[in-house]
Order: sequence, then C-alpha cells, then structure tokens
Amino acid sequence: MDFGDDPVERAFRMRLRAWVAEHNPGLPTSSTDDGFWEGQAAWHQSLYDAGFFGMSWPVEVGGQDRPSVFDVIVDEELAAAGAPPRPSVGYLVQGLLEHGSDDVKRRFLPGIVNGRDRWCQGFSEPDAGSDLASLRTRADRHDDDYIVHGHKVWTSYSDDAEWCLLLARTDHDVAKHKGISAFALPMRQPGVQQRPLRMINGITKEFGEVLFDGARVPAVNMIGGPGQGWALAMTVVSHEREPGELGYVGRYTKLVNELAARVRKEPDAYGTEQVQHLGWAMVEAEMLRLHVRRRLSDRLTGMSHGPEGSVDKLLMTEVEQVVGHAALAIGGTGVGSDDDTWLKVYLYSRAQSVMGGTSQIQRNLVARRILGLPVA
Amino acid sequence: MDVRLSPEQHALRDAAAQVVDRLGPDTVVGLDDIERTGRLRAAVDASGWLELRQRAEGDGPLASGVEVAIVAEELGRGLADAPFVGPTMAAELRRRAGAGPAVEPETVLLDRTLSSAAFSRNGETPAGASVDATPGQSALVLLGDDTAARWRLGRVPLRAGDSQLDLTRRTAVVNDGAVLAGLETPDALGQDDVDVWTALGLALTCADLVGVMRGAFELARSYASTRRQYDAPIGSFQALQHMLVDAYVALEGSRSVALHAAWAVDALAPPDALAAAAAAKAYCARAALGVCETSVQVHGGIGNTWDCLAHVFLRRALLSVELFGGADTNVARVLAHHGIGTPAGSGHGLR
Repeated sequence: MDFGDDPVERAFRMRLRAWVAEHNPGLPTSSTDDGFWEGQAAWHQSLYDAGFFGMSWPVEVGGQDRPSVFDVIVDEELAAAGAPPRPSVGYLVQGLLEHGSDDVKRRFLPGIVNGRDRWCQGFSEPDAGSDLASLRTRADRHDDDYIVHGHKVWTSYSDDAEWCLLLARTDHDVAKHKGISAFALPMRQPGVQQRPLRMINGITKEFGEVLFDGARVPAVNMIGGPGQGWALAMTVVSHEREPGELGYVGRYTKLVNELAARVRKEPDAYGTEQVQHLGWAMVEAEMLRLHVRRRLSDRLTGMSHGPEGSVDKLLMTEVEQVVGHAALAIGGTGVGSDDDTWLKVYLYSRAQSVMGGTSQIQRNLVARRILGLPVA
Repeated sequence: MDVRLSPEQHALRDAAAQVVDRLGPDTVVGLDDIERTGRLRAAVDASGWLELRQRAEGDGPLASGVEVAIVAEELGRGLADAPFVGPTMAAELRRRAGAGPAVEPETVLLDRTLSSAAFSRNGETPAGASVDATPGQSALVLLGDDTAARWRLGRVPLRAGDSQLDLTRRTAVVNDGAVLAGLETPDALGQDDVDVWTALGLALTCADLVGVMRGAFELARSYASTRRQYDAPIGSFQALQHMLVDAYVALEGSRSVALHAAWAVDALAPPDALAAAAAAKAYCARAALGVCETSVQVHGGIGNTWDCLAHVFLRRALLSVELFGGADTNVARVLAHHGIGTPAGSGHGLR
C-alpha cells in the first residue's frame, strides 16, 4: 500500500516537471475563455510530442502502455505548474478501442491520440437528452455510403472538429436501443452545418449544435456493427464520467491554487466565510485526487470500468461546484473590477451536474447497479 | 503508486471483522450484555492490536498507520465497545518518548474540546478529557515549560465523565484534585512528534468514521429493502434511493481520503502528514454526520427510538468527529498548511 512514487514514476515526474517549466503555454482557464479552446490543439500536440500524453493507451495507437498512474502524475504536475490540463479525449479513445474493428482503430486512433485530428461527439439531440436512446437522427444506406439527416446538440468542439463520432438510427423496426449505429463522420462536407452554442458564462468555442442534411459517411466508417451503437455509447459515457479519464483533477487543483495565491497576497481582504469556502475547495480537490488514485489502483487488479463511474461523476460534480462557490467567494462577481474570470468559473460549474448524464440519472444508476435497491 | 492493501493487510482486516462480527453488539440491548463486552475486550487484548504502535526491533513502530486504521475501521463498523484509539495513542506517545510500554491500560488526555493534546505548563494539572478510559485508569499528558518547545510525559488519574454521547466508548475527565506524576522520558518530544501524533489521531478517527458510515449505511440499505409501504419496499422509491446514493458517494470519497491519511502518518514529512490527516478529517467528519443522519431518516419513526441502532452509530460518529477536531478545526489546519491564517469563528455554511 503506497501512495508515493516508485523510482520509475519519480523519474518520469521529474522529467515532466522540467519540461513543463519550459513549455507551459500559459493559456487562460479552460472554463472561462475561448482562447483556451483555440490553443488546445497546439497544447495537445506539444504534450504528445514530448511523450506526456496517451500514457496508458496501447502502443499501436500512439500510446505508451503504461499504468494509468502516469496520467495522474501528468495531471498533478500540470496543475502544480499552473499549466493547462490534459486534453479530455480518453472517452473517444476507449470507445473506439473497445468497439472499433482493427481497421477503424488503425485509421482513426493515432490521430486522436496525437492531437492532429480534432473530433466531436454527436450524441445528444434537442429531444434526446437524458433519454439518449430516443434519438432521431437517421442514417440510411445508399450504395457504399450512409446518408445522414438530423440535429445534434451539446456537441463539444464541433467548430474545429474534422470528425464526428455520430450516433444515428439505422433500423426503425426494433426496440429503440437496438436500432442505433455509430459512425466516424467527416465534418468538412456539404450537408453538415455547425453552429456555436453560447453558454451561460459567454464561451462559444466549447459546445455547438450540428445540423445534418444529406451528409454522407462511408459504410466502412461504421464503428462496430449495425445496431451496436448503443453499446459504444455506454462505453463512451461511462468513461466520460470518470475524473481519472478526463484529467479534471489537474483543473480543480490549478483553480484552487490560484484562489489561494490571491488570499495569501491580500489576507485582510477576505472574511471568515470567504476563506472557509476556499478551505473546503482545498479539501474537496484533494479528495478527488486521492480518490482517482484509489480507483486506478483497483484497476490494476483488472476491475473494469463499471457503474463506479457514476459514483466518481457525482464526486467530481461535488468538487467542481464547491470549487465554483469558492471562485465566487474569493474571486467575486467582477462588479467594481474589470475581471469576471471567477464569475465565469462559477457559472461554468453548474453544467457539471448535467453534462455526461445528469446527477439524477447517475443516482438512478448507482441505486440500481451498485446498491441493488429494489425496482419500483 | 499502488494503494491496494497487501495480502497481510487483507488478513488483518478479515481477522478484525471476524472478532467484531462475533462479539460486537448487534442490538441496542446487547450493549448492556456485560459478559459479551468482556469477551470482546479480552479478544482485542489478546489480538495484539493494542500494541501495534509500540517500538519494534530498531526504531519505528511494529505496524504502520495503515494497519491501525484497518483495525479502527472494523471496530467502528461493528460498534465495538472496546478501547482502541486511546491505548493506541498512548503507545505512540510512549514510543516517541522512549518510555517503556504501559503496564496497565492507559489512554491520553486531550483538551476540553477534545481537538488537540492537553498540555501541562510548569507542572500544573491540566483540565481535559479522555476517550476509551475505564474507571481508575490514567491518561498520559504532555508536560512542558514556557521556554522550550520540548515536552516530557506525565500521568493523571481519571474519573468517569457524565457524558452519555457515545454508548460504545466512555469518556472520562481528570479526577478532582488529581496530582500529576512525571514519567521517565528519555527522549523529550518536539513539535514534529506532536504533529505526527496528532496526524495519527486524525487518521484513526477518520478510519473509525469510515467504519461507522459503513455500518450505518448497511443498516439503512437493508431496512429500505425490507420495510414496505404502499405495497412496495421503501427502497424502491426514488426519493429514498437518491438519499441512499448520496450517503454511499460520501462514504466512497471518505474511504479514499482516510486511506491516504493512514498512509501519510509514517510516509510523509510531519507537517504534510498533519495536513493530509486534517483534509481527510474535515471530509470524513462532514460525510459521517450526513450518512448517520440519513440512516436515522430512512428508518422513519423507528429510527428515532432508543432501540434502533441508527442513533448508536450517530452518537459514535459525533464523538469521533470531536476527537482531534471536527470539520472546522481541520479546514483551518488545511488552510494554515497553505499559508493562510486560521480563520476566526466557525460554521462553514457551504452555499
């Protein structure tokens, strides 16, 4: 039982620390500024090229086949240096690894892992949110292609994505979960129209909505077989719920460190209640860091990603929103100053209990699949 | 990094669980079964668990913070009415001071709020309170003077306190007119010793709270699966399911921080061990109150009666929260570790 680094982990940490000191691009906070999203691709490629991204993924797709603890070390060191967090593409990688054919993996995974290809995720629709399986976007076979019609929303990074991991209905005569297939659809084509969504904190580069009107996707770009899209979707969302997969530990620690630095600089400017919010944010961010370590260790035994992801999503949401309250308490709303960065951090934190499955859906999953509570 | 328990640590957990399951109280009435309590205490005495922090060959303790935390968690889960935290903390002080092992049962004296060690300045008998004391027992005290931050050990006799807070662990206070006796202390204790000792106390109470949460949670889950209203088990109603899930999630977060605190006691530098323990205690203290209150609520009217074990868990949690400081005290310790002065007052009022 050891929370500390072994010699190999220690050496990796030191090498990374030295590299970050030289190469931190100093992007603004991810949740508050479109400048972060504009600089993200370059940051991803820079991390990858230096050997600090894709640590735990297979060598064949550009990873390093190391234990997941190396991802944790990356998160910790990036946060400690105030560098941008690790790009969140793990859920795409895991979805393709688990459900894609060898051909699909070979064609698409290296570009996702090395950051050269930008992807978005076309799952949710205006009328298919929590009830994702009721999605209505359709893909109809025409010779070697499928023709896609429909409307996706909450599509992360849709404005600079070259590819979309799309869920569409290919069979209308079976139960709703069974008629869905998954595709890798090229975004730069007639028939795909992308519109940015402006979020409550004003950012426009993270989410978009996408309209498909006769867009084409080659049949060989189907991931898994016809009707197997739901299984892929479940893999993707279960990874999307895991803080260890997302690199969010680094994001929270970075925010907390910045708030603490403000208070240390001007201790008399903050009252007891404000400082208490910061103290709880420290406690919560530390909890998540350690919780991820425990989860990753459990995985060494071969425990797979299961419903525990919903527990971790609920913990991550608690942390994000406590950090959000600390941002509001210490950073303020920006009234009387020109800086509304911390207001934006707070406003952004409200989405964590919705994205990737609402907290209410997560609780339903935990009640049934972990606690084994009786069904009504 | 690999934070899984070793095979030996798993075996220790199983052994502790077996003792508690066999000899712990499984009903409120069972708490009054003197014969059972006696057998439980004898089993704990015979197990060697109370000596885990005594000096091993060489310098360190026989076992790390992780092993004592494993035992503490199982004792908490089973509401064990046998001393463990007090004697373990006394053994830690004796080892650090280079004093020989205690010849009779012993605990430690904390200040009146139970949040930190009781200090005696210039030989005065300090006020304070202890946990895990039996009548006639004594507690170790830190003795110092106003000039140096070095402490020697002393002993004060205790009498039973009036508190009925925890029905499984009695508290005690310093005897009226008690005389403080010095103890041979070859190695005077420094601030680092006191910090690590406090970290151990926090790690042990976190482990106890994790155990208490597990016990209270299982009690509620099982009740929700069997109790029927409106022709259905109440655990099938979404309102109850979400309460139980929130309790379970708080328990899972607590396990992670408590495990780290137990490891940190012997693995990190003293100030870092104390900060790790303080963060864990703040989290576990808040979580434990929530989980135990949920257990009472899930039991409905029955949960508010003396005969339901739910309040025994809640009471034990309340005492463990106070021992070595609750949420506010420990949030202040975390802030201090980040160079931010202790906030005055209390009440965190999360929005």
